[in-house]
Amino acid sequence: MPADAASRTPPTPDRALGAVPSAGLRLPSWLVTLTMLLPTYAWLTLAILLPLGAMLSFSFMTATPLGKKEVAFTFKHYRAFIDQPYLIGVAWTSLLIGLWTTFLCAVVGFFTALALARATAGRLRETLLILVILPFWTNGLVRVFSWTMVIREGGFLDLLARSVWPDAPSLGFLYSLPAIILGLVHGYLPYMVLTCYIALVTIDDSILEAAESLGARKWTVLWRIIVPMAAPGLISGSVLIFVPVIGAFMEPRILGGPRGVTLGTVIEEQFTQAFNWPLGAALSFTILALVLGIFATFSGVLRRSSSL
Amino acid sequence: MKLAARTYILAVLVFLYLPIGVLIAMGFNESPLYQLPFQFSSHWYVELMSNRKLISASWNSVLIAAITAVIATVLGTLAAVALSRRQFFGKEALRLLLLPPIAIPWLITGTAMLVFFYWTGIGRGFHAILIGHVALAIPYVVLVVGTGLTTIRADLEEAAMSLGAPPVKAFFQVTLPLLAPSIFGAALFAFAVSLDQFVVSYFLATPGSSTLPVEIYSAIRKGFTPEINAVCTILLAGSVSIFLLFTLFAKPGASRDRS
Repeated sequence: MPADAASRTPPTPDRALGAVPSAGLRLPSWLVTLTMLLPTYAWLTLAILLPLGAMLSFSFMTATPLGKKEVAFTFKHYRAFIDQPYLIGVAWTSLLIGLWTTFLCAVVGFFTALALARATAGRLRETLLILVILPFWTNGLVRVFSWTMVIREGGFLDLLARSVWPDAPSLGFLYSLPAIILGLVHGYLPYMVLTCYIALVTIDDSILEAAESLGARKWTVLWRIIVPMAAPGLISGSVLIFVPVIGAFMEPRILGGPRGVTLGTVIEEQFTQAFNWPLGAALSFTILALVLGIFATFSGVLRRSSSL
Repeated sequence: MKLAARTYILAVLVFLYLPIGVLIAMGFNESPLYQLPFQFSSHWYVELMSNRKLISASWNSVLIAAITAVIATVLGTLAAVALSRRQFFGKEALRLLLLPPIAIPWLITGTAMLVFFYWTGIGRGFHAILIGHVALAIPYVVLVVGTGLTTIRADLEEAAMSLGAPPVKAFFQVTLPLLAPSIFGAALFAFAVSLDQFVVSYFLATPGSSTLPVEIYSAIRKGFTPEINAVCTILLAGSVSIFLLFTLFAKPGASRDRS
């Protein structure tokens, strides 16, 4: 649209904000474009790109280059998984947390989206969608903290159990892996509901009716038609969840306590307590490589489902 | 079948809201150890009034969010207009550059900022948090305003110019008023992104410049008290009211109907 609009009016290259015709001063078009874009991209360069570059160079240094320490080039921090075998266990925990969170979000979120798309309409659907998205806008830290109220010993869960059976043993499971996964599922479920919902509302009723009239059972319709058609939503939802979860550190700290050692918390420690910035940087870039790999693999699916 | 589906949605909503409800209720409970039976008390909110640390952190949070909203909205709107209305080389690459702040885990962005700001002498503190928050908010502004722009026909502005309006006037009197709801929505979004941001602030905060989420985190790490519940409830109320304002102003679906 803008392309042919521009070609229709070629004699006015200065028709842009920034040109000051009343003064007779005409700024060249490219200069106006540059002025509009420069502030944003200069800011992103200063706050995102240069810091990532600095961190990449730090990851190859033998020590944090502050003070008078001699600093040399090294690859040793990228060998950390070999030199410090406990990191393999930590990475495994992080991976487990990431996979379980993504899987549970996919199952729960897919059926929520399906129910929204097939069993609700109009105002009710709008309201329910808003209610699902709303927690997104609230602080993640607050939501994580709220679970400690429920799953701690003597918390709300125990209260419920004891109202049924007064002598019930405590069901509290704060400071465990399931607690971390529960908090993360709670935090990221809305992503999956949204991406699946966007994929599911486009399914034409007549396709499902055709399948049913040809004798397909409910499960066959679900597995052979609905799930494959929702696949882009499931995939982009999974990417959007797995990527931040693999770098999570606040959730494992609060809900995992001493058991919550993940790659995220190890990296955080390198920067705030151990002051081993090069190791922290190398671990960060290992995760970043994984993240970029995931985005590259699924870029096609992500682009298609985001353009909807 | 329909009933089962709706029951299921209800169960998911209970899952989403139950802990938040418990959190709010416990902030109004008398017992400092969250003991029951429930006894209503506004004690913890009164206590909050005299907590200087939390009050100054709240003030920092609101101030940073407001400045972030203004800067990110101005810069992001300019970029969004250029990206969707002007022709130039390398547009796709520039669009891709908006992704890192959204797609890279905050832990990595935050620690990278810490390293770089420390190294270059920018340092940590209020200004550093502000630089970080604006960078995180800009992509969302470009996205929201860009979506708004797709619903406004470019030929309206051209019509104004062919009738003799200077380009600047055509933009400010035709496109900008139509775009205003999206811009306001984007500003609210930027405000919310900044207000809720914890990870990046955590790495860039200094004792005097910490924001509310950073203070809440360090309070949680020290031990749970109903005072934390009270301050969390206030933060929740703030976020929810911004969300309600946002749904009023930036309804992508609704604005499409209007044009």
